[in-house]
Amino acid sequence: MYNFDFVKPGSVADAVAALAGEDAQPLSGGQTLIPSMKARLNAPETLVSLTGIPDLVGVCREGDALVIGAATTHAQVARDAAADFPGLAALAGQIGDPAVRNRGTIGGSLANNDPSACYPAAALGTGATIVTDRREIGADDYFQGMFATSLEEGEIITSVRLPIPQASAYAKFVQPASRFALTAAFVARYASGVRVAITGASENGVFRWAEAEAALSSDFRADAISGLSASAHEMIADLHGTAAYRAHLVGVMTRRAVAAAG
Amino acid sequence: MPKDDGIGASTKRREDTRFLTGNGKYTDDINLRGQTHVHFLRSDVAHGRIKGIDSSAAEAMDGVLRVFTAADFDSAGGIPCGWQVTDKHGQAMQEPKHPILAEGKVRHVGDPICAVVAETYAQARDAAEAIEVDIEELEPVIDMKAALGADAPKVHDDLTSNLCYDWGFVEENKDAVNAAFDSAAHVVSLELTNNRLVANPMEPRVAVGDYDPWGDSHTLYTTSQNPHVIRLLMGAFVLNIPEHKLRVVAPDVGGGFGSKIYHYAEEAFCTHAAKVLKRPVKWTSSRSEAFISDAHGRDHKTKIELALDADHNFTALRTETYANMGAYLSTFAPSIPTWLHGTLMAGNYKTPLIYVNVKAVFTNTVPVDAYRGAGRPEATFQIERLVDKAARELGVDPIELRRKNFIKPEEFPYQTPVAVVYDTGNYHATMDKMLELSDYAGFEARRAESAKHGKLRGFGIAHYIEACGIAPSNLVGQLGARAGLYESASVRVNATGSISVYTGSHSHGQGHETTFAQVVADMIGVDANSIEIHHGDTSNTPMGMGTYGSRSLAVGGSAIVKATNKVIDKAKKIAAHLLEAAPEDIELKDGKFSVAGTDKSVDWSGVTLAAYVPHNYPLEELEPGLEETAFYDPSNFTYPSGAYGCEIELDPETGKIDILRFIAADDFGNIVNPMIVEGQVHGGLAQGIGQALLENCVYDDQGQLLSGSYMDYTMPRADDMRGFTVDHSCVTPCTHNPLGVKGCGEAGAIGSPPAVVNAAIDALHRAGHTHVTHIDMPLTPSRVWAAING
Ligand SMILES: Cc1cc2nc3c(=O)[nH]c(=O)nc-3n(C[C@H](O)[C@H](O)[C@H](O)COP(=O)(O)OP(=O)(O)OC[C@H]3O[C@@H](n4cnc5c(N)ncnc54)[C@H](O)[C@@H]3O)c2cc1C
Repeated sequence: MYNFDFVKPGSVADAVAALAGEDAQPLSGGQTLIPSMKARLNAPETLVSLTGIPDLVGVCREGDALVIGAATTHAQVARDAAADFPGLAALAGQIGDPAVRNRGTIGGSLANNDPSACYPAAALGTGATIVTDRREIGADDYFQGMFATSLEEGEIITSVRLPIPQASAYAKFVQPASRFALTAAFVARYASGVRVAITGASENGVFRWAEAEAALSSDFRADAISGLSASAHEMIADLHGTAAYRAHLVGVMTRRAVAAAG
Repeated sequence: MPKDDGIGASTKRREDTRFLTGNGKYTDDINLRGQTHVHFLRSDVAHGRIKGIDSSAAEAMDGVLRVFTAADFDSAGGIPCGWQVTDKHGQAMQEPKHPILAEGKVRHVGDPICAVVAETYAQARDAAEAIEVDIEELEPVIDMKAALGADAPKVHDDLTSNLCYDWGFVEENKDAVNAAFDSAAHVVSLELTNNRLVANPMEPRVAVGDYDPWGDSHTLYTTSQNPHVIRLLMGAFVLNIPEHKLRVVAPDVGGGFGSKIYHYAEEAFCTHAAKVLKRPVKWTSSRSEAFISDAHGRDHKTKIELALDADHNFTALRTETYANMGAYLSTFAPSIPTWLHGTLMAGNYKTPLIYVNVKAVFTNTVPVDAYRGAGRPEATFQIERLVDKAARELGVDPIELRRKNFIKPEEFPYQTPVAVVYDTGNYHATMDKMLELSDYAGFEARRAESAKHGKLRGFGIAHYIEACGIAPSNLVGQLGARAGLYESASVRVNATGSISVYTGSHSHGQGHETTFAQVVADMIGVDANSIEIHHGDTSNTPMGMGTYGSRSLAVGGSAIVKATNKVIDKAKKIAAHLLEAAPEDIELKDGKFSVAGTDKSVDWSGVTLAAYVPHNYPLEELEPGLEETAFYDPSNFTYPSGAYGCEIELDPETGKIDILRFIAADDFGNIVNPMIVEGQVHGGLAQGIGQALLENCVYDDQGQLLSGSYMDYTMPRADDMRGFTVDHSCVTPCTHNPLGVKGCGEAGAIGSPPAVVNAAIDALHRAGHTHVTHIDMPLTPSRVWAAING
């Protein structure tokens, strides 16, 4: 790790101001940023901690949506979303290990947009709104491929607004070493239709599986998509699985998510 | 019933109090006054020629004391190899130099090029980034078979090829073996890979070098399984420091699994640099560095064939193995695929004719050496996979095929066709015990239950033999070892009767402080708490060979028994004097000496006090004091064996395997502490299951380590195991050591991989996927799925 300055502002406005400085970067739970700094792969001059800003922490229900502060930990979401949105709480409870869940945050996860991360599937699978210090971004516009988002320089996520589905579930097949998603599916059923978001599988990051959404919107049963298969085109191939294996898992995990959502 | 702390008691491990409360004293806990820190700049390419090194900017940086390169070690030797294998033509193996810092070429990712010593670790690391190394990249050789190609690039320019040796065993049997195959009723063959592993002890390696200019003496604190071996290798072959000027200390060591046997460049560097700089020099490996600098394990590719007669008796076995040595020969690397592997190829069976061929190959990868089991897991995996395959091809029960070919209990001692003589064993008994404990009879019902949930259940069997406590020294010398393989102990009885034991074995997690004290307590009949075990410091322990190969109790414990017997003999003479009787009439029981047939007695402390305050003492015949040293050189290996059963459920949709039951029925001979034995088996099983399902060290074709962190290298975790059933009630004591013990440290890692893979193949076959005859380890979900759908 190289030397850096550390500031811990108490408001969003102060954080945004601090981020305008040279080579400043937001720090949330630090579960991605700190390891990459330790490996000397990332060397910000200033870290602007977001966890001391009360407005950024908490889970609350607003009408038909759940609004989660960007600096809310996975552990807190697993606990506080359980009654209103059990599918989301279960997803949060499967991220990493207890230490990771007690530090890592939803905002950090969405800003990072790791192609194997869990939250992007929930955000895209619910059609969530990403709220920043300056605007609101729909999930369909927010995710721009592996580690890429539509956030601008110095823009910080303040909260995420997720429409609560009638039924939902997350089915995660873990990569054996990291236990991130090797391939996972988040399925959510709304009055308006079903959304299916897949993470871990594609070289383009989280994506919606349109054929499955169409089939499930008319018949929300696992069997309704048993004939469907995802294409292996642009699927990730690595030590842990071939592109064909991941494409196969897209179907398996989606069916399991539908079965679990009931 | 055993006494609370004697032989046979599950005494709690006394060392655990300090380990579990965070009070262990490890090498990294040692910080010396004036200490400096070294960071090694390591190669990020697998193969390249060093054209130039410019360290001027680094040397000018804050806190930097000096940047070392190979030129600073002109007068030092290379890191030595401790075993010379002779090939099938009678030629010595090719043995390249292994410099402390790269000389002219880098040969693997992680090969150290420069070493920066600075006041702080951060300064050293910052400065290393300012060093400019001009490297001309060369084509690397990664694949073993490609490395032997006629125009393959050479890892070492001064060798004739990348072939270290081509070993045949027993070369004289080769024609007879081939003839047996020609006339066989059945031949079964299998090609398999024994996957490369990274040991990953919890404690990474650390070295602290210290130099005392007034006495011209050196101290090295290091994470070693065998400090005396390091002192000998480094002192005599690398730095030219005589033993009396070199002290090597290995304090608490947090696991090693073999990887901390070897003498490493970093140890020699810190020792030497401390003298140059006249300040202590410390190196602590990061986890990332461990992946590219600790010796790796396994990495064999084998074709194995079994010949059977019409009655399914095994008539011959032959193998051809490629064994990866990596870029340099690590300390015991050449012996692993040969003497620790070829000699075990009989397994538990009466195969009369065996021929083993091993080609050891240099590649641009980290050196490969012993890892828990070392050679024996590779042998066991081949044999037990092949026997299973044979049963399937012949349509017979795999248990019956094994039983039919087992060496029978009455046939011991048994001379195998691969040089070794098994002293004792009862393989039928361990097999029966395992089947009983696994409720094998209820398997079908459980399988039907799994099938209802869409899961495939399978049961896999393996029966292993291993050889522990490698010995005797004169034989291993003939086989090429450049060291002895005895063990030593000094038992120092203090004036008030307390006992300090100094052993040449060194615990890196095995619980020696508890077990060894139990042995001495049992022999003398005193409280184990009055006995302290000392190890790990060459300045106060007798020359010993350390801990590996499941040898500590069988060899080190035997040395302790010998020394304790010498103490008892002398104590009896003192007691005889005090009791005015003949020494032959003195009996020692429960810490009390008495004259046979009388009520005259003196207790232990009465005798020990007399030894040190010799007022009433036979000074003309006997020296005062009560302290004895013994060396024990075993006459043979010990041969633990066991039957392992593994029951799995396989999800055919994802290929994921869950281990539902694992049963280990081992014959370890006599047991000193059953709880510690059970713990050793648990650990071994976790590593064996890790190899079978999870762990894999993978290089790409450019020699970059793809599995260089825990993000990609799958360490077994607690939730990968559902608990084990461990039994060691089948006992055939070792016939040639005083305790009748065999060794238990490696068994779990040896016997479990084939049991797991056999279970997977069994599940697939029972479900009709009979085209799957083998899957290479690790059986990851993706591989299993591909095998089913391939
Ligand atoms: C051992 C381990 C296991 C893990 N397993 C999983 C898993 O199974 N599934 C999974 O999804 N994740 C997993 N993670 C990742 C973890 O869940 C974190 O959520 C994730 O690392 C990022 O969140 P963070 O709060 O730690 O962000 P940080 O590390 O603090 O930041 C990450 C990035 O986001 C930026 N950032 C942070 N907050 C904001 C914000 N509000 N606005 C704009 N930019 C911001 C930072 O500048 C940085 O670039 C694992 C991590 C570890 C260490």
